Amino acid sequence: MTPAPLSYRVVDRRDETHDTVTLVLEPGGDALDPFAPGQFAMLYAFGVGEIPVSVSRLGDGHRLTHTVRAVGAVSRALCGLRTGGWVGVRGPFGTTWDAAAAHGSDLLVIAGGIGLAPLRPLVDTVLAKPHAFGRLNVLAGARTPSDLLYTDEFPAWEKPFGAVTVDRPSGGWTGRVGVVTTLLHEARFTPSDTVAFVCGPEVMMRATARALIHQGVRPDRIQVSLERNMRCATGHCGHCQLGPLLLCRDGPVVGYDQAEPLLTVREL
Amino acid sequence: MTPHPGGAPGGSVLAALTAEQHGKLMTLARDVALPAGTRIFEEGEKADRFWIIRSGTVALDIHMPGRGRAVVETIGAGSLLGWSWLCPPRQWHLAAETREPFRAWEFDAVAVHDLCAEDTALGLSLVTAVAETIGERLRATRTRLLDLYGPPGPQGSGAAP
Repeated sequence: MTPAPLSYRVVDRRDETHDTVTLVLEPGGDALDPFAPGQFAMLYAFGVGEIPVSVSRLGDGHRLTHTVRAVGAVSRALCGLRTGGWVGVRGPFGTTWDAAAAHGSDLLVIAGGIGLAPLRPLVDTVLAKPHAFGRLNVLAGARTPSDLLYTDEFPAWEKPFGAVTVDRPSGGWTGRVGVVTTLLHEARFTPSDTVAFVCGPEVMMRATARALIHQGVRPDRIQVSLERNMRCATGHCGHCQLGPLLLCRDGPVVGYDQAEPLLTVREL
Repeated sequence: MTPHPGGAPGGSVLAALTAEQHGKLMTLARDVALPAGTRIFEEGEKADRFWIIRSGTVALDIHMPGRGRAVVETIGAGSLLGWSWLCPPRQWHLAAETREPFRAWEFDAVAVHDLCAEDTALGLSLVTAVAETIGERLRATRTRLLDLYGPPGPQGSGAAP
């Protein structure tokens, strides 16, 4: 990990939805250490500010891929970058999706909204080594059909088992409508031998974890990615504290057995 | 992505019954198959039956004057289709249409009511399982009302990054 931001150049950008962009970054000089699925970088939009953004694809040398949704000043600035633009990057930070814990077991990858972005490198990992794992299920929920990410990759996820659902159908949508947990009824997994990876809004993760536990998945085999106000990303400033955890250091990926009692406390 | 053609067998309602209760209930089941695009029931009609979906997807919709039909939820294999038969006024409060070829166990509500009156333990198990489905859909509806995937707003946690 490098404490000071390194300069990365935007070598490719792709509009995923009306407010979400995927940026591919290449080091202008020194490169950061390799990232693992679930980890995040601090992306600095020069003159605007810095935010944590999970890596949304691995590999390809020292290149970094991040998917950013424009919701505030910094993320809007990052989404506004064009090819050839520059960004400051620190990282890699945080804990990773523990894919090894799922070796030989069925996998449930459950995403809500842009939560699919941090999970995509995990899906890539599993698809690259299908014999190391049991059955893969990718379940994704989105607000509307036009908010769905990575739609061109759905066919690759469909073959194991993949399904998407939206809250608000529109524009001739003929797919599923409803919350993402409804897709669990059709997923192919043995609850007692399943590891679940969940990322999305916290309420969605809680509801999903409860549904999984109700079906027989052990809490310690459910991994969630938590979001708090991360500033320093080095475990010093305390902005991202959740009880005993500093999520920039001890998270964002946390076992639900550890997270659940913290998430149900009204104030910490 | 297209849905998986198979899906969960049985579903939570049947799974909640003992083998004996399951056997008794299934004596009332009728195997039905419908093509995609079939209107199964309409809002306001008498709710005199229910289905346990074996394969296919059903869209539940509501008519909005001047704006056509809006799908509010889809349900698939293993799910209970229809619970309005259970309690007054026993009218469908949504309409249902098959999205793809549909196969289900169909149950006549009056016959099931009679069976439940005759075997109260079975009745309690069945009503509890149906109530669980109703509860799941209520919780799902409340969650969707939060507009979780929408832009951060007053209900969000902190300033947008």
